[in-house]
Amino acid sequence: MASKGIKDMVAIVGMGCTPFGEHWDKGPDDLVIESTRDALAAAGMEQDDVDAYWLGTAMGAASGLTLARPLQLQGKPVTHVINHCATGSESIRGAAYAVASGAYDIAMAVGVEKVKDSGYQGLVGAGRPPTDGTGRTLTAAAMFAMCAPAYGKKYGVSDEQMREVLARIAWKNHYNGARNARAQFRKEVSMETICGAPLMAGGLGVYDCSGVADGSAAAIVVRAEDALRYTDKPIYIKALALVAGNCSGNADPNYDYTNFPEIHMAGRDAYAQAGITDPRAQLAMAEVHDCFTPAELLIYEDLGFAERGSAWKEVLDGTFDLQGELPVNPDGGLKSFGHPVGASGVRMTFEAYLQLRGEAPPERTIAHVDRGLALTHNLGGYPGEMVSFVGIWGNQLG
Amino acid sequence: MSGVRGIISAAGYVPFRRLDRSSIAKTFGNGGGRGQRAVAGYDEDTTTMGVEAARFARAGAAAVAIDQLLFATATPAYLDKTNACTIHAALRLDEEVPALDLAGLRSGVGALRAALQGNGSVLVVTSDARNGLPTSGDEANGGDGAAAILVGHDDQGPVIAELIGTGVATEEFIERWRAPGSDRSKQWEERFGETKYVPLGGRAFKNALGDAGIEADAVDTLIVTGMHARAAKALAAKLGATNAKMGEDLAATVGNTGTAHAQLLLTHTLETAAPGHTIALVVLADGVEVMLFRTTEAIASYRPARAVAAQIATAGEITYGKFLSWKGQATIEPPRRPEPDRISASVTGRSEDWKYGFVGSKDRSSGALHLPPARVSREGGHVDDMDPAPMADVQGTIQIITIDRIAYSPSPPITFAIVDFDGGGRLPVEMTDCNSDDLAIGDRVEMTFRKLFTADDIHNYFWKARPVPKSVSPGSEG
Repeated sequence: MASKGIKDMVAIVGMGCTPFGEHWDKGPDDLVIESTRDALAAAGMEQDDVDAYWLGTAMGAASGLTLARPLQLQGKPVTHVINHCATGSESIRGAAYAVASGAYDIAMAVGVEKVKDSGYQGLVGAGRPPTDGTGRTLTAAAMFAMCAPAYGKKYGVSDEQMREVLARIAWKNHYNGARNARAQFRKEVSMETICGAPLMAGGLGVYDCSGVADGSAAAIVVRAEDALRYTDKPIYIKALALVAGNCSGNADPNYDYTNFPEIHMAGRDAYAQAGITDPRAQLAMAEVHDCFTPAELLIYEDLGFAERGSAWKEVLDGTFDLQGELPVNPDGGLKSFGHPVGASGVRMTFEAYLQLRGEAPPERTIAHVDRGLALTHNLGGYPGEMVSFVGIWGNQLG
Repeated sequence: MSGVRGIISAAGYVPFRRLDRSSIAKTFGNGGGRGQRAVAGYDEDTTTMGVEAARFARAGAAAVAIDQLLFATATPAYLDKTNACTIHAALRLDEEVPALDLAGLRSGVGALRAALQGNGSVLVVTSDARNGLPTSGDEANGGDGAAAILVGHDDQGPVIAELIGTGVATEEFIERWRAPGSDRSKQWEERFGETKYVPLGGRAFKNALGDAGIEADAVDTLIVTGMHARAAKALAAKLGATNAKMGEDLAATVGNTGTAHAQLLLTHTLETAAPGHTIALVVLADGVEVMLFRTTEAIASYRPARAVAAQIATAGEITYGKFLSWKGQATIEPPRRPEPDRISASVTGRSEDWKYGFVGSKDRSSGALHLPPARVSREGGHVDDMDPAPMADVQGTIQIITIDRIAYSPSPPITFAIVDFDGGGRLPVEMTDCNSDDLAIGDRVEMTFRKLFTADDIHNYFWKARPVPKSVSPGSEG
């Protein structure tokens, strides 16, 4: 792998995360004020202590002014980043690399998205550049819906079995989200309700699709050797991996929609950076991009949580449940939080931060915190053409 | 130029959907009638139907280079902008080939006559989408469709029907009219038109017989057509073509396709005609145009790419409510998604071959086929080492199907398929002319030129896929 990584060079010393939901009464300014103040308070800092900012927001901004104005930053650099649904994680990546380079002592990553002002359900897209009108008009739901029958056909999973597997993933994430005060949807949902929901695209019903929400989350990063000045429980960055695919899947007859090569490559890179050889045994938890239930199923295999063709059985066996062998999306995932694009990656990191610091509430505390490592993952785009981020976080050096 | 001039190839296009005329009276208590009419898809207009007809006509004479393109319709997609240029682009004609629009109900037959009396090879494309207020005769009796006839000399390609005579009678009178922007035609009292058309037709027919040097009883098939059905019928009875069989009018299956109808009926007749057959085409439209043809020996070996009769047999029903919505007579609730932006002229200009011609690119080293075309190969990374790969006439196989119930569409829901093309290349394409429930993985599809949406009055044309009709055997075209 070409990436050397910054293992144990940078630490998160404070985070903030707003509740996610339909914040009709809050604009993006309110959301970033809230998340950044919580992060500063957690790190025991003043706003002026932060040397530089990375703002991740995908749909409503064109510059760092979107952060500098509401926070009234005085003479500070703000870098605005967008990378589809990996936008939030990208903001952390930028801030962490800046600190690792020595350019700044303290940097803050802020992810935010105000989605619910568009007047439409679902994500209606960021700025739309002029086109020739020949692009696909399919929704993301329809694209990801194609993965389920493709996987079923390849591995001999019947439509009925697949329906149960996908419902089980949604059920698990809602079970976890019901135990999270910050989640948008805080109710358990029965398998019957999930399976009987109105169809959105292909075989995917309403509960196979993540919701849409407003929200913001923020993280303050410093050099690892400085971390204990701000907190006695720093979270060390073990790996930050990103792959932007070449978009060949929808043009290449060899692609079969049963895996996401970009995610597999990003995971392999992250594991190499972090020195992980057996993710299923070494990770205490993972937050993965469950935008649609078939995505989460395929991600298990791409990230090595399960052998190819076996993840569907592992789902039914409860391997990825809150108290399973490897809890996935213990905070409830996109399913429970909704998906404010720029905030989601930071929100996932927030769950890793809480769990690895032992600060998650008892009703959703995971069993294997002692493993000391957590993984977060985003995908942005569609089967066949996506960006993928994988981060590894740890509560110990080394 | 010496030699025989006439028709080298002819093709009709009948859109997939049919309205049962009895459904009109079931809704309104009156209107409608018996039989069915052809209905253009919500993603079709006269330009796209013209493209389809032209593709079929060219498939029947693949070797003939086209010197000129004429497009005639009374229901153009654009007024200022030349619709023939869109067809020109979809057919990938050379830039030296002129492309012209002609307007009005008489323009179809007039374009054909002008082409036959002119020089070089001329592709005459006619198309019409007939509309009318609910319960009107025009609504029920009209039809949507297109026809394309390739005209030339026999040194350009085998002529299957030679033009042997023409007769024309032109007169100004107020009989049927429609103002720009209106979807409703109006008519004077029927009897008035009949008294005008019948004598005009008699004179034009007589002149045509004289031009050809034949008598009326030498006509084997007589086609008399026009929007004034009563006048057409009365005229046919008075022409003295005592030995002639009446050409089919397709009223019960397609409806009267206006500007396109004369060519559609002529095409339909040619598709079953034997050599040495004399056909009289008599068209009533603000005067009368008459053309006399005699089929040649070449017609015995002529194989239409897709016969009109086969297209009539391949049909799917449409409810009257959907028909009203597609025809703009009823506005239904749109999907709660943002409407698409208008397309960019400059971006479109850069991708003309892809957008209009469906031309991808093929890497010379790896053979990897890129849809849309690419400069850098996904295999091997070679830069600017590609050949154009025209894919419009390549069939493919459905790998995956998905119905999208939440995407924007002028007629939701939309169905997409991942299509792998024969010989390489993959594209997710929107399906059309099918019922989603009937589609299956492994189904064969072919490409068709469609209108995806209209924004800021700009039509966004691109290609969709449709099931290959069961009657079409693999590789029988192009």
